[in-house]
Amino acid sequence: MKIHEYQAKEIFAKYGVPIPPGRVATTPDEVAQIAGEIGKPVVVKAQVHVGGRGKAGGIKLGKTPEEARAAAEQIIGMDIKGLKVEQVLVEAAADIKEEYYIGITTDRAARRNIVMVSAAGGIDIEEVAASTPEKIARLHLDPALGLQDFQIRQLAYDAKLPAAATKGIGPFLKALYKVYVDYDCSLAEINPLVLTGEGTLIAADAKINIDDNALFRHKDLAQYQEAQEEDPIEAEAHKRGLTYVRLEGDIGIIGNGAGLVMTTLDVVQREGGRPANFLDIGGGAKAEVVRTAIDTVLLDKNVKGIFFNIFGGITRGDEVAKGMLDAMSTMDIKVPIVVRLTGTRAAEGLKLLEGSALTPAATMQEGAQKIVGLVNNAGQAA
Amino acid sequence: MRRNWPQAGHFYEAEKLKRMSILINKDTKVLVQGVTGREGEFHTRAMLDYGTNVVAGVTPGKGGQFIEQNDDTVPVFNTVKEAVAMTGADTSVIFVPPPFGADAIFEAVDAGIQGIVCITEGIPIQDMMKCYRFLQERSGWMVGPNCPGLITPGECKIGIMPGDIFSPGNIGIVSRSGTLTYEIVDELTRAGMGQSTCVGIGGDPIIGSSFVDVLGWFEEDPATHAVVMSGEIGGNDEEKAAEFIKTMKTPVVGFIAGKTAPPGKRMGHAGAIVSGSAGTAQAKIEALNAAGVTVADLPNQVPELVRKALQK
Repeated sequence: MKIHEYQAKEIFAKYGVPIPPGRVATTPDEVAQIAGEIGKPVVVKAQVHVGGRGKAGGIKLGKTPEEARAAAEQIIGMDIKGLKVEQVLVEAAADIKEEYYIGITTDRAARRNIVMVSAAGGIDIEEVAASTPEKIARLHLDPALGLQDFQIRQLAYDAKLPAAATKGIGPFLKALYKVYVDYDCSLAEINPLVLTGEGTLIAADAKINIDDNALFRHKDLAQYQEAQEEDPIEAEAHKRGLTYVRLEGDIGIIGNGAGLVMTTLDVVQREGGRPANFLDIGGGAKAEVVRTAIDTVLLDKNVKGIFFNIFGGITRGDEVAKGMLDAMSTMDIKVPIVVRLTGTRAAEGLKLLEGSALTPAATMQEGAQKIVGLVNNAGQAA
Repeated sequence: MRRNWPQAGHFYEAEKLKRMSILINKDTKVLVQGVTGREGEFHTRAMLDYGTNVVAGVTPGKGGQFIEQNDDTVPVFNTVKEAVAMTGADTSVIFVPPPFGADAIFEAVDAGIQGIVCITEGIPIQDMMKCYRFLQERSGWMVGPNCPGLITPGECKIGIMPGDIFSPGNIGIVSRSGTLTYEIVDELTRAGMGQSTCVGIGGDPIIGSSFVDVLGWFEEDPATHAVVMSGEIGGNDEEKAAEFIKTMKTPVVGFIAGKTAPPGKRMGHAGAIVSGSAGTAQAKIEALNAAGVTVADLPNQVPELVRKALQK
């Protein structure tokens, strides 16, 4: 789960991290009012769940409340990478002398957390990571040891931070690690960590991503949970408890198991079709789940055909067939459906489907060829 | 790099020359954690049906009960420690809900269990890091979490896969997914190519055994003549595997799922995500090709590629 910058800053503030004074707003009037209260130049920052806001024009400076209002008028309602900006953070502009980067994330390959520090922080950190990775000091953390003072010193020296920052960065890294662990983050970063003209450090931006698997023990984060999906059908599918990803084509794909569904998409595309979605009904799905899956795929009006690919393990073929027949009899389905059913109780399932309008297929490849043929022919006839 | 453990495994040295599998065989004594839960009990019965030597189950508070299936009676204990003391269980399969997953793993490792197979999906990443750390310290091995388990056909099935599609033989299989593995195994079995051991390593970002770990065990198994490695988008485990394969004598055939997956979208598995330009199917296929591995375009091409690899 991603949370917004202002929400991440609320969390960091609780852990004693200095952040610029400011508040979140949804209208230009509010923005002007907050800018007036702050009484100093402010930055108006789009709050959307996507990177590269600054480069997209989602971050603007306002030296006066009027300028802040004008900035807000431009930013609120704008579209950044497909996401509409609904709210902005208005906060005092930091007096930036230098910009650093500190972050912690999961290193999958090492199966450990990795902490990173760089003297070259700011909006180009990804470029720094790609072209001059040696400018980022890195250290893997032992989960039994946590983050110790000597490691913080090591990171600061390795990153060649100036003396003032080397001394001041300790509390920031400690708070960052504590937030990371306490909130089950998959990523926590402060970028930029600003060294001001007065020689103090302040977190000018903050980012926190939370491991979805750990949300059960963070009930307090429910307030931050909002529809994160850009797509209304994805949002609806997740509400229904389905693993669904919307794609751009016209063939709905339903299967059991992530790897099998991904492969089904690949094979359909290889046969000249364009998948409309990824939908995994998971293991041991009951008839009702199958029915809901069909209903969900058909919410996408681009869908001109559905390909079911089921390899029964703990999922039973007869149960899947029941769900399909139920959908056929209770829903007004106008598109062709191709079914490939094999594995546990597949023979029983196929028997149930005899005489229905469904097109059977013996293999994944045959099924892909059939659905592509049916959808393309329908396209030509129309 | 590769862990060095199976050399220290309890059955490895003694039976090195005659065994036809990695990690588990007919002598493996299996314990089921979460044995009285819906999934746990169902799959315990299925494992017993397959012939797996399930010696004990654990569910706190249910000690003293029994699971009876066919001619087998599996005693249920309150703790893993007690189960190990009473039955000599050496390998545990975990079916507990995700909030209790890490605790179950800690308990098993602490009780001296050498091998863990964690089926549970949805265990927090930070929990798994601690578990992995503890396992390393105790020189144990783990497959999963979020995996179908592993099977040495004809001898021992630990997990949730349908046993009847497997057949004994000398092809090793290692995969990040469940049903896709069944698809490939089904093709191999139909083509008359049996399997030595089939390992589903799981779809999570942090897993106990990586491709490199399992490939290393297959490389040391004299009865595995070729390996099929089935990967998918996300992370760089396949790329690391490609580097390792360059040092292997046993031939490897690949398959990669997710060629059409868009960046930034999690495709079902928690670990299956293309981040920016990292973790794409294309990068993995190229890395494997560079290591001399032929990568099948379709699952049904795998048997033919294995046949060719064996002839080389």
